Amino acid sequence: MAGEEDRTHAQKRPETGTLLDARGLTKRFGDILANDRVDLAINTGEIHALLGENGAGKSTLVKMFYGSLEPDGGAISWQGRTVAITSPAEARALGIGMVFQHFSLFEALTVAENIALAFPKPGNMRKLAARIREVSEDYGLPLDPDAVVADLPVGIRQRIEIVRCLLQEPRLIIMDEPTSVLTPQEADRLFLTLQRLASEGCAVLYISHRLEEVQRICHHATILRHGKVVRECDPTRETAASLARMMVGTEVMGVSITDHEPAIGRTRLALRNLTSPATNPFATELRGINLDVRAGEVVAIAGVAGNGQGELFDAVSGEVRVGPDMVCLDDGPCGNRDITWRRRRNAAFVPEERLGHGAVPGMKLSQNVILTRHGTGDGLSSAGFLSSKMAVGIEQRIKKTYDVRMSHDDPEARSLSGGNLQKFVVGRELDRKPGILVVNQPTWGVDAGAAALIRQALIDLARSGSAVLVISQDLDEIFEIADRIAVISRGHLSGAEDARTMTRERIGLLMAGDAEKAGAA
Amino acid sequence: MRIELVKRKEQSRAMLLLSPLIAVGLTLITAALLFIVTGKDPALGLYKFFIEPLTDTWSLQEIVVKATPLILIACGLSVCFLSNNWNIGAEGQFVFGAICGCFLPILFPEFANGATLPLMLLFGALGGAAWAFIPAILKTRFNTNEILTSLMLVYVAGLLLDYLVRGPWRDPGGFNFPESRIFSDAATLPAIGDGRMSLSAPIALIVVVVLAIVLARTMKGFEIRVMGESPRAGSFAGFSAKKLTLFAFAFAGAMAGLAGTMEVSGSLNQLLPSISPGYGFTAIIVAFLGRLNPVGILVAGFILALSYIGGEAVQASMGVSDKIASVIQGLLLFYVLACDTLILYQVRLSRARPAAIAGEAEHV
Repeated sequence: MAGEEDRTHAQKRPETGTLLDARGLTKRFGDILANDRVDLAINTGEIHALLGENGAGKSTLVKMFYGSLEPDGGAISWQGRTVAITSPAEARALGIGMVFQHFSLFEALTVAENIALAFPKPGNMRKLAARIREVSEDYGLPLDPDAVVADLPVGIRQRIEIVRCLLQEPRLIIMDEPTSVLTPQEADRLFLTLQRLASEGCAVLYISHRLEEVQRICHHATILRHGKVVRECDPTRETAASLARMMVGTEVMGVSITDHEPAIGRTRLALRNLTSPATNPFATELRGINLDVRAGEVVAIAGVAGNGQGELFDAVSGEVRVGPDMVCLDDGPCGNRDITWRRRRNAAFVPEERLGHGAVPGMKLSQNVILTRHGTGDGLSSAGFLSSKMAVGIEQRIKKTYDVRMSHDDPEARSLSGGNLQKFVVGRELDRKPGILVVNQPTWGVDAGAAALIRQALIDLARSGSAVLVISQDLDEIFEIADRIAVISRGHLSGAEDARTMTRERIGLLMAGDAEKAGAA
Repeated sequence: MRIELVKRKEQSRAMLLLSPLIAVGLTLITAALLFIVTGKDPALGLYKFFIEPLTDTWSLQEIVVKATPLILIACGLSVCFLSNNWNIGAEGQFVFGAICGCFLPILFPEFANGATLPLMLLFGALGGAAWAFIPAILKTRFNTNEILTSLMLVYVAGLLLDYLVRGPWRDPGGFNFPESRIFSDAATLPAIGDGRMSLSAPIALIVVVVLAIVLARTMKGFEIRVMGESPRAGSFAGFSAKKLTLFAFAFAGAMAGLAGTMEVSGSLNQLLPSISPGYGFTAIIVAFLGRLNPVGILVAGFILALSYIGGEAVQASMGVSDKIASVIQGLLLFYVLACDTLILYQVRLSRARPAAIAGEAEHV
């Protein structure tokens, strides 16, 4: 584990010479200047953080380094030589590797087969398997080359991507939000690997919005805002608050919990031995989940992606039916009722995927208001006819209350940025003042300002007497808003524990599998 | 130079209207080329095909007669296509509907009173719906591909009709010709004017108006559009994909069956081995050319009806094969689908290389 001793290591930026030097990189998409004359220099053997809010232009920048986007202006020099990186294959040939946030693995193939696919000439599979074993163990990321990817948890899948990168002997590894899918313990192991790579002279470009880990492992940081470099700094000399300020440009509003001793009322949402089989080979089976969410409190479910969060959400919302007594709303069994019935009983739901699940991409926002509120007595539908006037009225109200920014009135959902659409889909449910709210990933991909707004709204809703259940992978968020925390792991849910006594370490252990024992106990 | 497609942020309202017009324009150009290739005067060919039929009352009436079943069927199909149900078998539903609608005047010719015609139309619609229910049930129960099953049932229905008019339903006084007895007046849809137009035209118009209101203003229309665009969001809204599949197929089948019955009762007056010049297939083109919108379908129905009459006209006067009509219909569908790309994409000429290498583009 990387503890205090690592922090005391002089995290000085290595003066080993410039590996990659970008000067004046510019990329335009239509009217938007995604990157505006960006200068960035990465030294050999350093871990270089690239910080910025969503939409600041981080992904665009690294895509130009990785050859999947071509700059409109500016130049990239690699080891002192100006290069035009025109494809990912060329980037790999230069020694630039990338680990993506969303994996590019075939679930039905083995680890070795997946890795072989990345090479133009994989050669003998047995030799490759031996190399995978050797390299992965050497770097502390052991892998079984013969395991089928579908059977592996997300943390291990990321290892495959990293090892695939390492086998190409890169000089620079670009990592996009690598810890978002890891337990704290897995993240610690990854940091050791990164530090080892850096000490061997490999540079790492580390994209993250988790400021704490940036401070812990990065030597240098470049901060982007609205496509421009606003600051370069040594992250160890900054505080998390000062880094956040540089990213956002203004002071980030903290969430205020006015009443830390919430007035807890009766149980409004109860899950009783909720069990649901996996609907496809890659889904997770829910195994005997028990949970009470009471009026006045926010209960959060932590867990690494893909451990049954989506399946749990579907069962609670009613998109997947279960036994009648497995889900109860305000003492009424409803496991076999549909989602509209549950909404009429004052429950509201916000799914993880806003586009295509929470909203129809090609429909206007006012039409998307009808999507979840046609049956809840808002007057949107009478005798089968819709009232678009009412829908526009509600849409305007959501837009105003939740600060949804749009280029023109009532646009199609797909034209909104992720953060704005999230404000809309959360606002659409909050606007109803639901008695029971279930949210999956409330602030995923949302900028700091909007995230604070949404979190505050969730707390305020609970304090007004509603039961709020939040499913999230973001531990900072969970500790910020939750009164009690439970952990989901492979379809098991641990008992919910008081957030004030819960620690990150305990959550990490539960994520890694103790939830199964705790849930069974 | 390369041609790039750049995704738009929203649908282009202008292209929504322009794309069918561009498609029609491209079809005209291609048709002219076809006339040149076959050694005919392209200007005269296009004139005979597209303009001349509009200058004569007989052919104008004939256009209405042909447009009516096309519009009715296409209205039904639009509900299927909007909700992502690919019903390709309207031709079979048309034929089976006609069989069900016509058993009354054929098997019970004495039953001739005010109830005959309404009952025929009812049975026709139910028959078409029942035929369409088969692929719908197969899809919802066994996850079969509805394109294949609905298409195959077209041939089953066609052969069934052929068997009936050659065998059990053959007119006893018909000198062994493969045709049914001629319907009584009570079983004949009242004519409008002195030509072949019948009550079927205003009925189709009513369907267009009602469907336009349902799609634009009602919960059912909303459900249909949501399910077509995003089934996951539809289930989040509380809609059932299976129920909607059954509904869409049943509705499309009923419209096709109704059209089939009215075609036999109003125009042919007896069952023949072949009762449709491919209306069920041409209606697919009508539905798409009309933007799956009932009012658009009304206009598109007349354009495609014109292609039937124009095809006959150029065959008669210029000696061009009447297959030219099918070719032009096919071209039109091809161009309509191609031009639809413009609604969500912008065409741009650029000298740059691709924005992302295939495969890598997915996960960045």
